[in-house]
Amino acid sequence: MAEFQPQLTRRFETKDGHQLKVYLETGGYASLKNLFAKKPAEVIEEVKSSGLKGRGGAGFPAGMKWSFVPQNTGKPVYLVVNADEGEPGTFTDRFMMLYDPHLLLEGIICASYAIGCHTSYIYVRGEFLEQINRLNAAIEDAKKAGYLGKNIQGSGFDLEVYVHRGAGAYICGEETGLLESLEGKKGQPRIKPPFPAIVGAFGCPTIVNNVKTLSSVPWIIENGAAAYAAIGTKESPGTHVFGLSGHVHQTGFWEMPFGLPMMEFIEKYGKGVKGGKLKAVIPGGSSCPVLTAKECEDLTLSYESMRDHKTMFGTGCAIIMNEHTDMAKILKNLTHFYRDESCGQCTPCREGSAWEDRILKKILAGEAAAKELDLMLEIADNMEGKTICVFSSALAFPVRSFIKKFREDFEKYCKPTAVSVPEKVS
Amino acid sequence: MAVQFKKETLEEFEAIAKRYPLRRAALLPALWLAQREFGWISTDAMVAVSELVGCSPMQVMEVAEFYTMYQKKKPGQYHLQVCQTISCLLNGSEEIKKVIEKKLDLKPGETTPDGKFSYQPVECLASCHTGPCMQVNDDYHENLTPQSTEKLIEELRKK
Repeated sequence: MAEFQPQLTRRFETKDGHQLKVYLETGGYASLKNLFAKKPAEVIEEVKSSGLKGRGGAGFPAGMKWSFVPQNTGKPVYLVVNADEGEPGTFTDRFMMLYDPHLLLEGIICASYAIGCHTSYIYVRGEFLEQINRLNAAIEDAKKAGYLGKNIQGSGFDLEVYVHRGAGAYICGEETGLLESLEGKKGQPRIKPPFPAIVGAFGCPTIVNNVKTLSSVPWIIENGAAAYAAIGTKESPGTHVFGLSGHVHQTGFWEMPFGLPMMEFIEKYGKGVKGGKLKAVIPGGSSCPVLTAKECEDLTLSYESMRDHKTMFGTGCAIIMNEHTDMAKILKNLTHFYRDESCGQCTPCREGSAWEDRILKKILAGEAAAKELDLMLEIADNMEGKTICVFSSALAFPVRSFIKKFREDFEKYCKPTAVSVPEKVS
Repeated sequence: MAVQFKKETLEEFEAIAKRYPLRRAALLPALWLAQREFGWISTDAMVAVSELVGCSPMQVMEVAEFYTMYQKKKPGQYHLQVCQTISCLLNGSEEIKKVIEKKLDLKPGETTPDGKFSYQPVECLASCHTGPCMQVNDDYHENLTPQSTEKLIEELRKK
């Protein structure tokens, strides 16, 4: 830990770190020399062997994803950056773009070179106007200085980068929903396969990567895959920007290697739980199954530990809840969110999310019997894995884990005498 | 009443449209330009956008309706968007909503009679570590308390 050097947040404290001049003075665009000395296939191999996983939530190995792009199809290849950060509890890409936009651009250049892409779009959520302005300014400066545009740094490689502004739809963080949105349509996800690597934006091979995934790449190209793989844990190499929100004394984000125990993260970085003892943790954004305080005792911030605890690493931003938290009200907040954000395309999701929300509303109003909790679990089972995208499962996970692990919080609202009547459709 | 884009905006749009292999892809940017120019997305604005992008007015409406940031109703001079999702909730967004609802006598989706304020609770604004938070037009206001929210409203009122 002692020799750990920040990679993603190294310029966060630097004055004007977002400006090209300062970026170059602090080692920016240094990976390009190594990059252009390699063949694209070698770059993919390098990233593959670094073990870098996608930071958007699914944790899919980045190098492997790149290797799926078919070569010589005669069609252009696109790289689309997923900067539609919207998973409840997640707030770090926002600062990556604000404080170090050139690092992202450098990552885009590396990835584009590897997959043979000459046009890249950064899909930024609509609310992030400040970030959009920063990125546009950075693109303009980079272009003037020959880091983007034609024949980048004399390498013969051309790349244009454009910012595409979203307009407020959570589902556009799903990669195929994002591509639909990029094409000027409703952000309704597409059936896979074909995967975007084969048929993506505008019917062409496309790679969609998260902001932090790409921002991690320049360090790998500069220092080598072995050096990257030596950081963190065996299954979760490298560093990540971990976030804390909710009931901790100090909320915020910190970059560190994977593998820190969750309790140490809460105590040391979050300065402990606020307002009482720890009750529950949602480890990586609202779609991840919730964990009890007991389950967190031997949890570490890594993909494998989260998997062993039957939850997901997700975005690496944890939501902390103290002992006074009413889990029924928190789940109501989430069912409302998913009901609101469901794109409406698939029946199990559209109807299921609204139904779960209505039942929970009835429970909280003291108008339901405890058996309706079992109905909620049944609906969750019917929502999981039966739709075009994982949004539906992303509600089934919290519903199931909240009710199973904190059933008493729900039962206290239930009335044994209540007669089950259909909830009012609202 | 039909609306028309300014000449400069049309030029701006043409430059944006060149970024995409299909003109249709510039629909979201076109709607942003329309919102900037006309203040909100009326059905007339949708027609103007459809002519600009080259798709049907219905296709524009379908997209405009799907995305929450396109205002289909004229918002107030200050559009107060309070985040109500989990992390903000844990740190008191309900209180913030109450302050606004009481002080301005507004329900979600309403605008004050003088057109100064409109109010809409929204979902996660990705400012979870500084919740409760609120977006007023394009600006984030973070770590809100009932007091600071009252003060902010007073300040905006004077502007």
